[in-house]
Order: sequence, then C-alpha cells, then structure tokens
Amino acid sequence: MSSTGDAPAGGTGTEAPTSPEDSALVDDARAGVLADLQAALGDAVVDSLLKPGDDLWVRVRTDAWVQAGEATKALGFDYFCFLSVLDWLPSPYGRGEDDPTEPPPERETAVRPGYCGGDTRFQLFARLVSSTRHLGVTLKVDVPDGDEPEMPSWVGLFAGANWHEREAWEMFGIRFAGHPDLRYLYLPTDFQGHPLRKDFPLLARMVKPWPGIVDVEPMPAELDADGEGEVEP
Amino acid sequence: MTVITDREQLRYIAGQAADARVNVEIETEGMTLNIGPQHPATHGTLRIVTRLDGEQVVWAEPVAGYMHRGYEKLCEVRTFPQVTTLVNRIDWLGSFANEVPFILATEKLMEVEAPPRAQHIRTILFELSRIANLSLFLGDLGVQLGALTPVFYAFRDREYVLNLIEGATGGRFHPNFDRIGGLKDDLPKGWIDETKAVMKKMRRFCDEMDDLLFGNEIYQARTRGIGVIPTEVALSYGLSGANLRGSGVDWDLRRDQPLPMAWDKCDWKVWTHTDGDVFARVWVRLQETREATKIVDQLLDSLPSGPIMAKVPRIIKVPEGEAWVSTENPLGEMGYYVVSRGETGPFRVKIRTASFNNISVASWVLRGVYVPDVIAILASLYFILGDIDR
Repeated sequence: MSSTGDAPAGGTGTEAPTSPEDSALVDDARAGVLADLQAALGDAVVDSLLKPGDDLWVRVRTDAWVQAGEATKALGFDYFCFLSVLDWLPSPYGRGEDDPTEPPPERETAVRPGYCGGDTRFQLFARLVSSTRHLGVTLKVDVPDGDEPEMPSWVGLFAGANWHEREAWEMFGIRFAGHPDLRYLYLPTDFQGHPLRKDFPLLARMVKPWPGIVDVEPMPAELDADGEGEVEP
Repeated sequence: MTVITDREQLRYIAGQAADARVNVEIETEGMTLNIGPQHPATHGTLRIVTRLDGEQVVWAEPVAGYMHRGYEKLCEVRTFPQVTTLVNRIDWLGSFANEVPFILATEKLMEVEAPPRAQHIRTILFELSRIANLSLFLGDLGVQLGALTPVFYAFRDREYVLNLIEGATGGRFHPNFDRIGGLKDDLPKGWIDETKAVMKKMRRFCDEMDDLLFGNEIYQARTRGIGVIPTEVALSYGLSGANLRGSGVDWDLRRDQPLPMAWDKCDWKVWTHTDGDVFARVWVRLQETREATKIVDQLLDSLPSGPIMAKVPRIIKVPEGEAWVSTENPLGEMGYYVVSRGETGPFRVKIRTASFNNISVASWVLRGVYVPDVIAILASLYFILGDIDR
C-alpha cells in the first residue's frame, strides 16, 4: 500500500512531451534499456526508435524473435502486455466507401512499413512492460513472406501469449511453431480466410454500399478568428 | 478476524484432503461439464468447458468468440472521431473509460493536448464510470456466491452514478462524450453539487458492501484461499487491474505513467493485497471504489476554469506515426496501439483489453478447484464479454 506522489519512472516528469523542446530531453531510462538490449542481442537488433518520455520501439532479426523476448524478460520486463500483427499492405478496398457504379479508384499498393522500418508485409509486434520500473518496450519483427508464414511461439516465455498468438493466427494467418494449442480463438474452425488481413474485404461494406456516399453533404463553412477550421470542399 | 480466517482455511484444506482420499478410494470416472455460453455466471456468452473428476476440475478451457464483433477491422473503415462510438461498446459497464485511451493516443499523434478543464472533467467521468462498473461488480459477486441481497443495493446505487453520467453526457451507458482535443460539452448547472451528494451515497454503499460481503462468514469461507494466482503467473499472463494488485503487485497506471489526465493532482492510494485469492481481488476492488469517490470529490473542488476544447481542425487528419496509450480502466489495463498513415481514419488499431488477458488465466487457475469455486473464481477475475471478444 503506497501513496501517490512516487515519481513516475519515465524520467521525464509528469507530462508527456508535446512540444519539440520537450522531445529534445534525454530519456536516460529508456536509453539504458535500449543499450542493454543491444548489448544482449548484438546485431540481432536491426533498428530502434526512442521517443523520449513516450516509448521505445526495437526491431529485431526474424531468427532472433524468441531470443529477443528472453533478453527483454531478463532485463526485468516481466509483464506481458500484448502480441499482435501489423499488415502493412494498403487496403485494396480503401475504407469501403467506393461508389459501386464507378470504376474503382487508383490506390497505393506498395507495402510501406511504419516505425523502425521493415522488409516484409507482415510484422509481429509485442509489448513488454517492467512491473517495477513502469517502462514499456515495443518489440517488432519481420515475418517471412508467404501464404501462412511461421514464427516461433512465445508461449514458453510468457503464458499470456497463448491467446494472443491464437488470435494472430486466425486474424492474420501466421502460424506459431511450438504453440501448444493453435486453434482459432473466435472464429469457427472452418472459417475461410484471415479477416484482419488488409486484402480481406469487410463484407458488410461489400454487400451494401456505405450510406455515407449517398447522403453526404458538405458541412457549412465555418471560419474561426485564425482562419482555421475551414471545411474542405 | 484472523482467527476465523485460519479456521476456515484449515477446514478447507482438511475438506480437500478428505475428498482427495474419497476420489482415490472410489475410482471416479471423468466427466465433461459445459458451463455456458448461456449461464448467469458468464456475464454474457462465455463458455467454459471443464473436465471433472468427482467434484474437482482437472482441466478447464474458456471458449470465447460468441460475441466477436471485429472492432479492429471496423476501426479501419471509420474516421478517427467515429471510432469512439465503436469502442464505447467494448466494456459496456464503464463506457467512458474506453474512449479515453483512444482519444489520448490520437492526441499524442496529433500533438494536441486537451485544456486543463477538459482533462479534469475527463478524469471525473472516468472515475464515475469506474464507480458504476465496480459497484455492479460488488453486487453481482454476491449473487454468484448465493447472496442475493447485495445486488439490489448495487443496482439501486449504481443508478445514481448513471444518472450523473447521463446528466453530463446525455448517455447512460454509451456517453460518446470524449472528443479529440477536449470534450463535447461542459458540465451542466448544478451537476457538481449533485455529484458530491452522490459520492457520499457511494461511500455509504461501499460501507454497506463491506458489511454485507466481507463481514459475512460464509462469504469469507467461499473466498479465502480460493483461486490463488501467484505474482509471477499474474505477470506472465498479463493480468492487470485489481487482479494484478490482488496478487501483490503495486502497479497502477493512473499513478505510474505520465498521462495528460488529472490523477496526479489529487491525493489517493493504490491498494494492494498479497493473498492473490478471490477475497483479495474483491477487496482491492472495493477499496478502489472508495478511492474513486475521493478522487472525484477532490477534482470537483479543484476544477479549473477555461475552455473545454483545444484548437483542432474541423476535419481531423492525423499525422503519420504510431502511438500506444493505455489507462487503468475499471477492468484493468486497456490500451490502443494506433497506426496512422496521415489520413482521416486509422490504418490499424490494436485494442488491448483487460479481460482478454484476465480470462486467459482461467485454464491455469481453475485446475484442481471444486465446481462451485469455478463460479467464484470467474466472478472475481471479473470479465465483461465485450471486453474479451471486442
């Protein structure tokens, strides 16, 4: 039973940095974690991003995924927050708001990864947190291309990864080697396809056009003193 | 108090040993018992498949997915302001608390911060949804253990809090009140005095629950030493909220991470319990409800004046980037990993809900317990179906 007023371990005060001056602050705690991870994993750390006072992202080599989890756990990151997948393919259906009577619009098709880069369409990402230092780290890893790629499982490391990997398997079609019970979590066993992949259409928007494209009308233009807040035509 | 506890614990252990002997002497055959999906103890449609040996569970597996609505996919076809309507429905007993981490993540990407008054009102409404959520939990837990009285008090008193939420936001269950950069409206006239009166009532409610539940010998016998989750197991399964604090981890995201909210501006305590059993988890939640009323009282006294909306463009386009924000919701840690591509809608939203992790420990903790304790343990882990299935 402790009281409030304990200094947050983020090391940068109580407010998240919102201005460029704040982000120039040095985040010793997270920088230390990054240095420790680089020392433990060597060249398996492909890329990293440190936003002072905000978060730490580390991308590791595909073959070092379990090793990265072990090393991070050994650094005191004992709390398993979540594990999921990012599909960097832009959706071929946009937001499902296309007019069915018009030819489909041109869309970006290139796979463009987010923070810490990446070479493949799918990326596995997981978040581990230290329950004593109250710091978190987001680990990312490229998943080899293929129809149903396989990655090593984290279940032996964090028991909580069990359900998260089952969800990743059904939603993104990524298999986990060494998972004790890789069944679908939500979907029926005979479900076809992996719904959270970007190329899986949102069927509700396919069978019935989004009403927004019919009854949308421009908002009345409103300008405030600075000329901001004007509605786009 | 301790004398009773020790006696109850010894009786429980002796009973277990006696039953184990019976099971060896009479060779019992295994039986599969299906609990749910339509069972009052499952708060909705969670199914638990258990394999029994006599009265003891040898294997248990929760089956989720009866209420999967695919919010992560739906978020990808919505604009940022539209997402709050969806995420309101994740934990439907504490809806406002679901909106906050998503809005905070979006604000982080946009580098916008809500004005102090909005931060205060956000925190007040957040804590009100915690009180509404946990007061129902305390009453409902009694029902699961066979005590019908507490739930009537819980529904009666939760109504006062829901009236407050409705008065401020217009929605009893799904406020959809949080906006990127602030709030939809300011507080209505007279709301502050009314809230203070209700907070007094809720503290009395907590005392009532303390007497009705914790002062009851049967309740103690049903909860002490049942469903013990050790600290390492709790951390490795990613349990959060009162489930983690009930296992002795002193960690509350309201206190331990910097967020543009008002929790650091008032004086309150994070309660922990080292037992890790059903009793500990419920006890921590009761204390949390008490603390939440204190937080609301203090924030109402120190409510700053000023605007309730920061300057945001009329059409919200969020700059490219990734952000993770999680808050200490009534059920535990709830967070959103938002990926934006500089468009009006998110590219990907990973929703990390508390119940998903909290209930995944069930197959571990239910092993070896008795059938009636299954219900007690599930109730104490406290899950909302919408929060598991999303």
